[in-house]
Amino acid sequence: MDKKYDNRAWFMVLPVVLLVAFSALVPLMTVVNYSVQDTFGNNVFFWAGTDWFEDVLLSDRFHDALWRQFLFSGIILAIEVPLGIAVALAMPRKGWLVPVCLVTMALPLLIPWNVVGTIWQVFARPDIGLLGYFLNNVLGMSFNYTLNPLHAWITVIVMDVWHWTSLVVLLCYAGLQSIPDAYYQAARIDGASKWAIFRHIQLPKLHRVLLIAVLLRFMDSFMIYTEPFVVTGGGPGSATTFLSIDLVKMAIGQFDLGRAAAFSIVYFLIILLVSWAFYTVMTGKTKDSQ
Amino acid sequence: MARIELSRLAHSYRPNPSGPADYALKEFDLTWDDGGAYALLGPSGCGKTTLLNIISGLLAASHGRVLFDGEDVTRLPPEARNIAQVFQFPVVYDSMTVRDNLAFPLKNRGVPADEIDRRVKEMAEMLEMTADLHKKAQGLTADAKQKISLGRGLVRADVNAILFDEPLTVIDPHLKWLLRSQLKHLHRRFAHTMIYVTHDQTEALTFADKVVVMYEGEVVQVGTPEELFQRPAHTFVGYFIGSPGMNVLPCRVDGAQATVGEHVVRLRGGYRALPQGAKTEIGVRPEFVTLSRGEGLPIQVERVDDTGRFRVVKARLDGLAFNALIPEGAEIPADGVRASFDPQATNLYVDDHLWPAEGEA
Repeated sequence: MDKKYDNRAWFMVLPVVLLVAFSALVPLMTVVNYSVQDTFGNNVFFWAGTDWFEDVLLSDRFHDALWRQFLFSGIILAIEVPLGIAVALAMPRKGWLVPVCLVTMALPLLIPWNVVGTIWQVFARPDIGLLGYFLNNVLGMSFNYTLNPLHAWITVIVMDVWHWTSLVVLLCYAGLQSIPDAYYQAARIDGASKWAIFRHIQLPKLHRVLLIAVLLRFMDSFMIYTEPFVVTGGGPGSATTFLSIDLVKMAIGQFDLGRAAAFSIVYFLIILLVSWAFYTVMTGKTKDSQ
Repeated sequence: MARIELSRLAHSYRPNPSGPADYALKEFDLTWDDGGAYALLGPSGCGKTTLLNIISGLLAASHGRVLFDGEDVTRLPPEARNIAQVFQFPVVYDSMTVRDNLAFPLKNRGVPADEIDRRVKEMAEMLEMTADLHKKAQGLTADAKQKISLGRGLVRADVNAILFDEPLTVIDPHLKWLLRSQLKHLHRRFAHTMIYVTHDQTEALTFADKVVVMYEGEVVQVGTPEELFQRPAHTFVGYFIGSPGMNVLPCRVDGAQATVGEHVVRLRGGYRALPQGAKTEIGVRPEFVTLSRGEGLPIQVERVDDTGRFRVVKARLDGLAFNALIPEGAEIPADGVRASFDPQATNLYVDDHLWPAEGEA
């Protein structure tokens, strides 16, 4: 049968095109616009080519922030994903404890990010914070996240784990709940150990939700701004200055719009690239076996 | 291999059962002989799977005991009972190859590698999956996955019993027949105690030496296919086994004869001392009905279906549905049809249960 083609049908997608244009493309283009121009004031701009990009990509400042960012995302993924799976496995599968656990787990996710920052900023302070005071005066350690870079890192990472592990837990829990009982029954009949059940039933069935969890946690942690900014302000020195904190300093603190715009685009491309890499690696494995 | 005894077994999913309606399984005793091939037959929701899960240990019975060769295993988990079970829907370990799937129950029990290898190969041959052994289980068809599930159930040599929970539901008819004969063959060879749950009577009757019929949480009859056919112990069995099922007609009983409506039907023996006020019915299979213009009960023929080997006459008797099976070639009168029954094959039911004639057990 011959299909009739009518190119007027393309008008049907026009509303979406307009919406996406105004919500994403136009703002993005403004940034692109800044990234290839320079100005000496008076709102007069001139073409700068790829100067800003070269400048950003070759600067130590960017390299350092990028390295810190990868380290941060790597550490929190390495902690939150296994921890999230473990907690989800330990949660009850039925009974009145289920809603209690779920609500408790969801709580940290409901707190605004700057509030999370504030909570930990106070909680970890050596003078008045419960945690900081306890570490210093009861355990006799000298813990001070405003002076010691390692302590600042520990604080920021523990804060992120506290805030976001729940997301991994909830995703994994949903994945576990969707495994039919027959699988567990068959495993019991087959005499499978707890580890074998995890390795051969639960983990393969969690594959999809874990993909989502890893992608979400990577993207979110790679873009993290509010919490470390509230707790450490990027310090001490620039020890916890991650990409977004550095970007804001550059764009708003120094009003260096050209360089910041180039920085933004590079930043965006890195997130896109790494997410794509994760996705390809994690889905590629299943395609082989099908 | 073991003899399985169920002693005063009952199960309720509710914590404090009060009436009979709260029980998924009503109290009964039953012994499954060592090496027997049993079918557990009944309509959906009658408690077949509950009973199976109690035997395998996936479910702990709320009342009564389960004994394997006299040893009480009521509280033992499935892994301690050494039992195999195959489920209705395929369960395969997606991340493993077919070979690893089949080897899994053996590996978990520490069977030596060469023994595992031998048994897996043998099983693959039986299932005609030798060429697929290296494949990942994930991409296989539902048929193949269910064959793997069957294989995992059958791969262990020393199991006490193998339980099948409607294992061939998802399998296409031709393969179904093939696998069923393979199971039968395996049973003859290794003499495992096998219990096969199904709601398909053909499947039950072809597989089993003995059929256990369940109805609404009760075991209503245990017998050979022959016994189920000749002497259904419950009107449900008569109705459920056979196609079409047994005709059940309300009647009054007086000694060796029953009165259905206005007409007298001869019974095979005398009946006395029937309980007062009980519901009495005669049951006669369509196979034992003869149609003629002569004597018998008047029926109105509504339809005749020709199956090739015999004809199924669908009729009404005093407004009730009535079936007869007539051999190919036998004449069906055009009008004034009367049905008469073989007295030897006419059973009396009191409150749905078979009532023995005097002199019968």
